[in-house]
Order: sequence, then C-alpha cells, then structure tokens
Amino acid sequence: MTTANEVVNGSAAPAKVNYASDQEVRWCPGCGDYSILKQVETVLKEQGKPKEEIVFISGIGCSSRFPYYLDTYGMHSIHGRAPAIVSGLRAVRPDLSVWMITGDGDSLSIGGNHLIHLLRRNVDVNVLLFNNEIYGLTKGQYSPTSPEGAVTKSTPMGSVDHPFNPLALCKGADATFIARAMDRDPKQLREVLVKADAHRGTSLIEIYQNCNVFNDGAFEVFTEKATKPFHTLFVEHGKPLVFANGTKGIKLDGMTPVIVDLTDGTASLEDLWIHDERDSFKASILVRLFDDQGHEGAMPRPFGVFYIAERSTVESRINAQVEEAIAKKGVGDLDALLSGGRTWTIG
Amino acid sequence: METPTRTKTVEERRNVVILFAGDSGDGIQLTGSQFTDTNALFGNDVSTFPNFPAEIRAPQGTLAGVSGYQLHFGSVELFTAGDQCDVLVVMNAAALRANLGKLKKGGTIIANSDGFDSKNLRLAGYIDQQDPLTDGSLANYTVHSVDVTKMTRNALEGMTLGMKEKDRCKNMFVLGFVNWMYSRSLENSEKFLEGKFGKKPELLEANKKALLAGYNYGDTSETFTTRFEVKPAPMPKGTYRSITGNQGTALGLIAGAQKAGLDLFYGSYPITPASDILHELARHKNFGVKTFQAEDEIAAICSAIGASYGGALGITASSGPGIALKGEAMGLAFMLEIPLVIVNVQRGGPSTGLPTKTEQADLFQAVHGRNGEAPIPVLAASTPTDCFEMAYEAVRIAVEHMTPVILLTDGYIANGAEPWQFPQAKDLKPITPPFATPKVAGDMEKFLPYLRDEKGVRPWAVPGMAGLQHRIGGIEKEDGTGNISYDPLNHEKMVRLRAEKVRKVVENVPPLDISNGVDSGDLLILGWGSTYGAIRTAVNEMAAEGHTVGHLHLRYLFPFRKELGAILSRYKRVLIPEMNSGQLRQLIRAEFLVDAKGLNKIQGMPFTAAEIKAAANEYLKQ
Repeated sequence: MTTANEVVNGSAAPAKVNYASDQEVRWCPGCGDYSILKQVETVLKEQGKPKEEIVFISGIGCSSRFPYYLDTYGMHSIHGRAPAIVSGLRAVRPDLSVWMITGDGDSLSIGGNHLIHLLRRNVDVNVLLFNNEIYGLTKGQYSPTSPEGAVTKSTPMGSVDHPFNPLALCKGADATFIARAMDRDPKQLREVLVKADAHRGTSLIEIYQNCNVFNDGAFEVFTEKATKPFHTLFVEHGKPLVFANGTKGIKLDGMTPVIVDLTDGTASLEDLWIHDERDSFKASILVRLFDDQGHEGAMPRPFGVFYIAERSTVESRINAQVEEAIAKKGVGDLDALLSGGRTWTIG
Repeated sequence: METPTRTKTVEERRNVVILFAGDSGDGIQLTGSQFTDTNALFGNDVSTFPNFPAEIRAPQGTLAGVSGYQLHFGSVELFTAGDQCDVLVVMNAAALRANLGKLKKGGTIIANSDGFDSKNLRLAGYIDQQDPLTDGSLANYTVHSVDVTKMTRNALEGMTLGMKEKDRCKNMFVLGFVNWMYSRSLENSEKFLEGKFGKKPELLEANKKALLAGYNYGDTSETFTTRFEVKPAPMPKGTYRSITGNQGTALGLIAGAQKAGLDLFYGSYPITPASDILHELARHKNFGVKTFQAEDEIAAICSAIGASYGGALGITASSGPGIALKGEAMGLAFMLEIPLVIVNVQRGGPSTGLPTKTEQADLFQAVHGRNGEAPIPVLAASTPTDCFEMAYEAVRIAVEHMTPVILLTDGYIANGAEPWQFPQAKDLKPITPPFATPKVAGDMEKFLPYLRDEKGVRPWAVPGMAGLQHRIGGIEKEDGTGNISYDPLNHEKMVRLRAEKVRKVVENVPPLDISNGVDSGDLLILGWGSTYGAIRTAVNEMAAEGHTVGHLHLRYLFPFRKELGAILSRYKRVLIPEMNSGQLRQLIRAEFLVDAKGLNKIQGMPFTAAEIKAAANEYLKQ
C-alpha cells in the first residue's frame, strides 16, 4: 500500500518518509479528526520510526477509521475491544510501537470494562481517546460523556444520564499517564503525543474533538480565542497553575483548589499550586477540575500532562515469568511434557 | 504388603466399575483419581467419570451435595466408565440414596456408617430416618458397614492435628481399603502424598497413616474374606500415561504451537468445566506459553486475536455461555483470516444451565452462532486422549489455513481420564505457518494481504515485516488489497471466497473411516464427541450378536467431508445418538437428505452403552 515513489524498506526510515496511506480520508469535511490525524502523522515523521514497527489498533466509531489512513500496520477491530486486542498483541510483541485509537462511546461505554483493565495492567500503548461527547457514526445519539440534559436524537427531552469524567475514571483505574488535549490546539497536542509515546505503560490522552455535524461547538469555550484563556488551564510540570492570561491562578487550600486573583495583590505566584506530574494525590484533584463551564466561578478545564508514574508493564511481567520458567526448568522439552513423568510400559 | 497374609481368598475379575460417592468436601475426586492412577500404572485399561455438584460446598449431607467419581478398570480394553457399578463406596446416606440406582443387583456397598446417623438420614430424605444399612432394604446387595470416621480418628490418635483435619483423612482410609480390596500396592498413593504434602510433614504423616490403616483394616478385619485381582489389560505395546481430556487439550495446543514454531498465547476467563485447561497451560511457561486471565470472555478472545495478529498462536477456551459472548470476536477473526483456536468444553445449557454436567448442545452454536455468513471449521474430540489429537489438529488447521477453528469437547471427556499411549514429538505432523516474505529495498510491488493461494489461504504478514504494512478489519474488504469496500459484487465474491477456503480445509484432513463394525448393512450409528465409548461398546456387542452394524464417528465435524453422503447411503438405517435434541441429525438431514433417526438424551449425563444398544435394536425391528 506504499506509493510508487516511496522508500519501502523501512529498516532505516529517512526523515521524509510519508506515513500517510494511499486511502482517501473519509471523515466529514471540517471534522476534528483531520487535525488529530495530521498531528499524529507529524509526530511519527519527526520520530522517524520504521513504519513496519508501528501498529494502530482501533475499535468502532468515526475515529476508529484512523488506522486506514496511515501506512503502518493497522487493525480496525470491533466495538470497544481494542484494549483487549492491544493487550494480546503487546504480550507477544513487546518490540512494537502500539497506538490505540478510540472514542468516547467505544472506550467509555461498550468498551469501558476493557479500558479500566488496560490501565490497571499498564499495557504499553498510546491511547488516543477522541472525545466528541456524541455518537457520530450512528448519527447523533448521546454518549457517556454527553452532559446531563443533552438534547440528541435519542434524548429529545434531554439526557437523564450523568456523564463520565474520563480522566477521573482513568485515575481511579491507576493509569500511569494521563493527559488532555484538543483538536484545535495542534502544538499542544503534538507535545502531549510526544510525551505519551515516550512513556512506558498505558498513556491515556483524552482529546476533545469537535463533531461539526452532530455536536458542533461542544468544546467551543475551550477552543475559541475569546473564551479560551478563561476556561482552560494549561499545566506544565514545575510551573504554577495560571490562567486567564496570567491574571488568575489556582492555589490549594488544604485539599481544595481555589481560584485566586493575581492582579489585586491578594495572591502571588508563590501562593499557587505548582504542577507536579509525579504527584498522584494532586493528580487526583486535578482530574476533578471538571466544572460545567456555564457556572459562575467555574474552575478552568486543565489541559496538558496531568500525571506520569513509573510502573512495570504487564507484558514485561508476562515475559519475565516465561524467562523465569525457562531459567528454572530449561527450555520446554516436548517429549518430556507429553510423557508427563509418570508412565508405564506394556510389552 | 503385596501378598495377602491372612486367610483371604483372591478372586480374579475381568473388569470392575467402582463408584466413590460422598459430600463434595469429602475428597471423593481425589480418592477416585488416585485409585485410577494406581490401576493405570499397574497396566489396567481405565475410563473414568467424575460427576460433581456445581456448588463448591453444597449443604453437607444433602443429595444436592453429592460428589461422585466412577472408575472402570479392567484387564480388557474399555471404552466407557461403565453403565452400572459393581461396587459403590458411600461416605454418607445421601451418597447412597443418590447412587443406589447405578449399582448392579448383587453389587457391593461399602458404607461409612458414621455418615448414616439420624441427621444424615434425615438430610438424605430417608423416611422416618430409617437406616438402609440395617433395615433390610439392601438385602439384594452385599453391604459392608464400616465406621470410617472412627477408625481414621483411631489411626491418628496421639497426633496434634485438630479433629477437623483428622477427619479430612477419611478419604485416605477409604483409598487404602480399596487398594487392599483390589490387591494393589500403596506405593503410588504414598508417592502422590509425598508430592502433595512434602512441605507439611504432619499432614503427610496423617494421610499416610490413614491410608495404611485402611489397607490394614481390609487385611485384618474378618468381615472381608475375599480380595480381588484385575490383571493388566492386553493393550498395544508401548509407553503409557494417564490423561484427562482437559490435560490432553492443553498438551495438544502446546504441541501444535511448538511444531509450528509459534509462541502460544492463551486468553481466557475462568469457567467450569474449561478452567483446567488454563491451569494446565499456566504450568508450562517454559514452552513460551503466555497465559492471560482476561477481564471477561470477550477480552479473552480479543487478546488471543491480538496475539495472533502479532504472529503468535492465539487460543481461547470456554464453555457455552462464554462462547456466546465471544461470537462477535469470532466473526472478526474469521474476517481478518488469522489463526485462532476456540475450545468449547460443553456443559449443560441453555444459559447457565448445568455447569458441572455434560451435554453436546452447542453444535449449532459452533456451526451457526455468528452474524453474517461466517463458517468456521468445527472439530470434536471423542475421548480424553482424542482431545490431544484434535487440539493438535485444531492448531494445524488454524495456522495452515489462516482461520479460526472451533474445538468441541465436553464435561464428560474433559474431566474423564484414560491411559494414553502418547506420541513422540518427532512423529507429530509438521505445521507450516504461511508467513509472508518481507520486502527488500527496491521491491516496489504492491503487497496484497488478501491474495490467496490454491487453498484459498492468504499470507500471514506480521507487524515488523518490512514493506508489508497493511490495514485489516471487520469491515468488508476488497478482494486482494483488503481495503474497505462496499461494492455489492465484491461482497458476494468475498463471502464465497471465505466459505470456499473453509470448505477446502476438509480436503486436508483424513478421509472418513468406519471406526468399528461393518462398512455397509442394516444400521449405521453415527456419532460425534464423547458418545464414542458408549457407541463403540454397543456396536461391539451388537456385532457379536450377529447384527450388521457400523459405527462412524465424526471428529472433523464441519464442514462435512464429501464421502459422508456415500457412506450414509450404504446403510439401510442411520441412528444418531446425541446429548441434545438432535443437532447433528438436523445438519445431516439438511446436507444429505438422509432420513436419520435420533437417540437423544438431555440429562446432563453420558449415554450408557445399554441405552444405545436398546435404541438400535428397537430401530432394527422397524
């Protein structure tokens, strides 16, 4: 599926290798997925890994068409099950670079169980969770991240379900890398992608992605120039939590985050919460900054890398047991296995 | 200890069926399997039928809590665990009440009298707590009433163990006694105990003492004047071991992966009666076996698909309810055309059904249980040792034909044991994965992941192979390229190509052969799965009585091989015994328009040979 003028031998991929496949991208015009695809391609290009060593696994949904558009190995699997497929793949192929593409319906509804187990096991994979707060491929039903009251095709009187806070869920499942990004901020998205790829373990990035057909403007308040500074909080390791063009900050009053004014002399940068991406307890508070932005005094929504922890991956533990068994018992001898050691002979 | 020391006579027996029964906490399964091992090691042919309740510890003393282990051992070749018992060993009243019907008239009952107190009698439902051991109702049997509890406690007197722990050694007293009764040495059981309790010297001593006490009791008690001897069976020359069906399946899977040069990845979720496959595989990680206890049945199969996608051999196993959950993922594996083995250790259904009982009611599920047209080769093992062969064959077909394969076994053969003349690794059929060839620099030819060979098989291009990057998925794909295609004619073509590929699988398996009896005549008994032993025994007996009967047993169940139609037409009548309402019969009738008759038993229990013989004789009269 490589184009004719392309170097096929990927063993030493030149920097200019094109990671796009020959397939026409078929998302709706204006879909946020285009930007995410572009940023991933850019990051892959910059990293220059051989294409054959990269695998994209997806589930079902608009975003899950993603693997078709890259000239890597890829599997477009079934609804919600990508984490399980990734787990088996990683167990036998710890050498590959594996990415998982999923959406809010795919990974938080039908595949919710698999996602939390992927996280607790810490399978080494970069998970891009495209959150558009709607079911797009089935044409507009509410999703597990749609806000209460969301009027959709399946909820003409408004959704009665309380939505998931995806990152709080992931933190609860002991994720070792948690980040949030958005389709409309390509630079920040690329930065997060690079960090996610560098992390050994499950790197979970929730990406706010605009569905301009069924849920246009769901994240407008975070993406539009006029409102973005006041509703977003870009966290950086070692830096104080500052937003609203430097006029406001967040400090911790005990365990409670509070917004402080940095312009009226009541608080200074030294008073602020310094982001520490290695601090599990603070990360648990950070993922909880999930206020409805329509409310007066709402906490801004954090973006960036919330949390990174070192923990061994399940595939390393699986393979270590195989090695340990071989060290103890020697490489399996099939004849010895078949005889089982307790035999008798006739004749 | 080998030779009887007192004035006991020794009588020879050709074959013996002994049923151990007691509370599910009485250690019955252990007693039974140990005595099986001892007899197998001695050289008898053996066939067993463990039968236990779904509850781990059902209320003590009740009929619901009775666990049984039936062992048939003999100096002749055996094919079933026996229709009726010669000896019934019961630990309490409920065990007697639940199993008396299985004892031959004139058979022997060995009863633990302590299990017949008024409470046990009441729990077992004996009216007015009338003790069957003393009320004369067992006059047609030989009854030996032994206070096993008391004698075990006596044997362990002075040991610091608690009463509960001492009472747990009762099963060893019983084992010691039956070893005496059938003139067996205690050596094998002692060795087993040393392995099991090596790190707990006090428990080891107690169990050994109880074992010996049971043996000596037989030797010294004047109640027992006769012991029995069952000579070794004239089995084909060679080296044997004992094996259960689930062990056989596990070893067949490992052997297949080894011969294919693949790592084995086993994704599974615990379920009765399939979990022992997981337990067995998890012990053999030095064969590159990776076991993954997934969060659910769907993740179990999907992880196996992921492993196969990565170039390993992905395997999953379950029982009916779990297989139902795996349906969508089986369709994916079928669509991807990658190797995958799915084992269904069938149990009584529908829904949760009878978790610990056997049935063959998942044949339709295996053949048809997916959305769209997704034919998957279905194999069925007929005996515990055949589980090895068919598991191996499932691997071979999955790998060489790039397809998911379903292997059906069931609770009867999965838990049952028999002697196995195991093969040498070098004699196993080779298995060659159809790996694609990575591209070298300058090779500009487009790689076609769905380009098929003469068998209809596509190449296995595994991530990491340079230049072969491609995308696959569950969406309909274009012939050759594998790209998404919604073209109507392409879809029809692909449905036919995939079906044709699966049809060709059976061109690569052994031709059908009558397994016993005549190859044409009045009656063909057609079977599949664990009914093998009962049909074989019935056909043997009928042939001896002069009937022209043949037995054909399908191991490669679906698709059918072409010659099956011709074989069916060589007989005047076709009888299909199944532990379901007639699933194979429907498939046979639909495919070959043969007016096959069914013999259907849906009781969670295997057929007896007598049942099959009676139905066959009846049919022959028509």
